[in-house]
Amino acid sequence: MTTFSKEDVKYFADFVRIGLSEEDKENFSAKIADLIESVSNLKEVDVTGVKPMTHPVAMINVLREDVPKDILDREVMLASAEDQEDGLIRVPDIL
Amino acid sequence: MTLTSKTATELQALLQKGEVTAKEVTEATLQTIEQHEEKIHAFIHVAKEEATKRAEQLDQEAANTRGRLFGVPIGIKDNIVTKDMKTTCASKMLEDFVPVYNATAIDKLEAAGAINIGKLNMDEFAMGSTTETSYFGNTLNPWNTDYVPGGSSGGSAAAVAAGEVPLSLGSDTGGSVRQPAAFCGIVGMKPTYGRISRFGLTAFASSLDQIGTLSRTVEDNALLLSVIAGEDDNDSSSSAKAVPDFTAALTGDIKGLKVAVPKPYLGEGVDAEIVTAVREAITVLESLGAVCEEVELPHIQYAPTTYYVISSSEAQSNLSRFDGLRYGYHTENAENLEQAYFRTRQEGFGDEVKKRIIFGTYAMSADHHEDLYVRAQKTRTLIAQDFDSVFEKYDVVIGPTAATTAFKLGETGGDQLVHYANDVLAVPANLTGRPALSIPCGFVNELPVGMQIMGKHFDEETVYKVAHAYEQATDFHKRTPSIREGK
Repeated sequence: MTTFSKEDVKYFADFVRIGLSEEDKENFSAKIADLIESVSNLKEVDVTGVKPMTHPVAMINVLREDVPKDILDREVMLASAEDQEDGLIRVPDIL
Repeated sequence: MTLTSKTATELQALLQKGEVTAKEVTEATLQTIEQHEEKIHAFIHVAKEEATKRAEQLDQEAANTRGRLFGVPIGIKDNIVTKDMKTTCASKMLEDFVPVYNATAIDKLEAAGAINIGKLNMDEFAMGSTTETSYFGNTLNPWNTDYVPGGSSGGSAAAVAAGEVPLSLGSDTGGSVRQPAAFCGIVGMKPTYGRISRFGLTAFASSLDQIGTLSRTVEDNALLLSVIAGEDDNDSSSSAKAVPDFTAALTGDIKGLKVAVPKPYLGEGVDAEIVTAVREAITVLESLGAVCEEVELPHIQYAPTTYYVISSSEAQSNLSRFDGLRYGYHTENAENLEQAYFRTRQEGFGDEVKKRIIFGTYAMSADHHEDLYVRAQKTRTLIAQDFDSVFEKYDVVIGPTAATTAFKLGETGGDQLVHYANDVLAVPANLTGRPALSIPCGFVNELPVGMQIMGKHFDEETVYKVAHAYEQATDFHKRTPSIREGK
């Protein structure tokens, strides 16, 4: 049976900056262990020499000149931010 | 017959001839929504004032400039951004988010004269199969309110089935348009990946997501897709292929058409009554001249886990944009930037979303990347090759849309793992990028059953042709939930 400890939950949640309560860690520990168990059937598949599929429809990468465009006005873009000053987004202290 | 019981095509005929005004249609629609919402809660936001104002403006337009959806009300899944109208993704994280631009699909709807009647409920960030993970509370199935409408486009399907709107948009990452369409007894189409621009669709899993169309008839569905499909400079993954008028494909002639029926689709894990309904549907197609044969799909049993690894891995990257700084929910309890990230996400995301992001991070981590993520991508190749072989000989693939009828509310707790058998049926269309449509094909205990028709890449025309021929030969689409008669 697969295990995924509370410490494992915290370890991976820390990478993506998600805060968790002790109750969350307990809850996710069991659920993610179940998930890992369920996806373990992929190990049965013989993938020798098979190329990974990253895109569902065959496409050719078409390049264009890198010309900057004003898609949205700065003020309009900033309208969704909680805290702003002088045309910039204010963030809490970094240190 | 009331205005809201009419299809979009029927409404168009009346609106274009001036026999009814856009304002009259909008008023009737808002009234129906008011009647039904207490019972089904399909909407997160009803755009009463915006829709009324828009209808009044449309009524001023000259008859010769009216678009193909002139005056037709449509509901929009709340993960498709709408300028100056809240787009929440059914999450606390975006509870008060008002986008400053429209998704391309919305611009196209507006250009065609459609009226956005409001934003529809869904599973949070489209993660779920029941609409029970919505921060704003679940939607209920119009056929029986003890049951879920499916998910994640549960609001989009319930609103159409209840007669609140003739058309709606949903999104389909692993069956999220087709499964709720099946559970609610309507038509739901996931087009080929790239057929509709994803610009403005809030990303869940970018290589799987596609906007989809929901309606009560195949003709309405084909009309809606004709309006919103096409290449978009804002989405480099949108296709440059020409968009036909899909309604022209509805000839009813399917003589000689070759239909593949995968054996696993009618085997273990699928309810016996569902198998019976789909087998009867196949008999109908044969009576119309189609040639149906059973086929094998050797890797199909790995589709759900392949989907789960890939979708969670892509989600953990896509959802990193929700940091509480640029838009969306912002914690009040942070002393520094790092705390702001942690606490914003702790307070803003629901459990299902957190679980998938953490699992996706595990699958993408250095220790597990090769064994999980890359292995899933390789398995995806094998599943795609299985379908490539089938489509060399056959025009469409048919099976049930879902393995069961709608779940009882609370029955699964929204747990994804319970839905394994459904995922075997639904996710291959997303993994392989093919178009697939669900159409009503029966009832079990007064709950609808859906049949899935999958086509070749960019061959929505044949999918619609088969669906329309079947619809004309049967009357499942004519049955309506009793809620529409005011019961």
